Amino acid sequence: MCNHRFKSFTVAVFSVFFLLFAGPALAQEHGEEHTGQPAEHKEAGHEEKLNVGEVIFEHVLDGHEFHFFGVSVPLPVLVYSKEKGFKAFMSSAFHHGTEAHEGYMILTKHNIAEMGLDPKKFKSEDIYAVGADGKPDTTVSVFDFSLTRNVVQMILALTVFVVLMLRIAKRYKSGVGVTSAPKGSQSLIEPVITFVRDEVAKPNLGHKYEKYLPYLLTVFFFILINNIFGLIPGSANVTGNIAFTAVLGLISFVVILFSSNSHYWGHIFNPPGVPLGVKFILVPVEFLSVFIKPFALIIRLFANMVAGHIIIICLISLIFIFGQLNPVAGWGASPLSIGFTVFIYLIEVLVAFLQAFIFTMLTAVFVGQAFEGEHHEEAHAAHH
Amino acid sequence: MDLFLLAETANAGGAIGAGLAAIGAGIGIGQIGKGAVEAIARQPEASNDIRGNMILTAALVEGAALFAIIVGFLAMVL
Repeated sequence: MCNHRFKSFTVAVFSVFFLLFAGPALAQEHGEEHTGQPAEHKEAGHEEKLNVGEVIFEHVLDGHEFHFFGVSVPLPVLVYSKEKGFKAFMSSAFHHGTEAHEGYMILTKHNIAEMGLDPKKFKSEDIYAVGADGKPDTTVSVFDFSLTRNVVQMILALTVFVVLMLRIAKRYKSGVGVTSAPKGSQSLIEPVITFVRDEVAKPNLGHKYEKYLPYLLTVFFFILINNIFGLIPGSANVTGNIAFTAVLGLISFVVILFSSNSHYWGHIFNPPGVPLGVKFILVPVEFLSVFIKPFALIIRLFANMVAGHIIIICLISLIFIFGQLNPVAGWGASPLSIGFTVFIYLIEVLVAFLQAFIFTMLTAVFVGQAFEGEHHEEAHAAHH
Repeated sequence: MDLFLLAETANAGGAIGAGLAAIGAGIGIGQIGKGAVEAIARQPEASNDIRGNMILTAALVEGAALFAIIVGFLAMVL
């Protein structure tokens, strides 16, 4: 039975993946090459060295515009400072950092180098108020509320997902698939939902699973949809952003704390059956583990997604590194590196599902641990 | 002593640290895979529970390795 469920889950996963990603996987090769190529042309003109690190950071970090296949899409900028007030305009007004707009300027790696600013202190994509000398004025504190590409992409992904889910929910409400077999897009989502219920929630949460299932499913699908959108070539790296994962981890932390009982805290602050001397070591360690658990969740998701994106960009950059030595070496390296890229890309699709599963699974395990002792206490009460 | 303060040394240190973390995680995940395959060979009917626990434990080991990789990464960037 369980084996059958796992099978249907994997079938669902791979059919989604082949449908959606066979095209982009091929487009990836061209897309990344296109975004890499201007860099190479520029290198040829300026006799500069190709800086792979910069290319990687440009792709992995948040920004004020999308770069789709060499076309940049401007995004809204919302800034506030006490001196200049609230301003809203499109990021294209900055003309890639060459012009200031309404008293604000954006830093890019070019104008950081031109103005001779300290690259440790001034990061590219930061927005500053323009001082009298045309340089960024650090005395004015600017609050940047812009819809950066991470935000825009997250909203897009959620819109697509909510529309899909509402359509499916409407079908269930009208009676399709309740007693009969699911139809159409229901067959796509239903195995995943039953998988989360039967493999994640039930074994870890026992009879209380229904209370936590909405949260677990929300987290699972939220991470999953953002992971998948992050794999589209040219899109932002939403789940590989520490702020995003930190918020998810904090929510998990709150859920764990709210479901904890006195038994759980008793085991932390007064572990039973432990000699007094050992308690001095054990209690701080146990107490720290309360915070380390959600922190590990945060770091795991963040590092996994960032690492995947960096590996793909590194493999693509190999072509240009070889191409700089010798054009023939560049051409020779490209089939090899594109082959590896496609391979890693397919692994990343698996990782997208795996990380969503692991985040949900570990949250369920920690929540289960937090109210674990309850059964024993109830049994004790029944005895007395 | 100045050798340790060079930016290049920090890069090398980050790379070495990431490599060591990969070795540790590789050994750890290898052990988990070995244990899981042996357990499934003994009790094929329990393979689903074993698979779930295997993925979970591998994720925990991987988490420890990723901590090290992040620290190595920060050593290179900062």
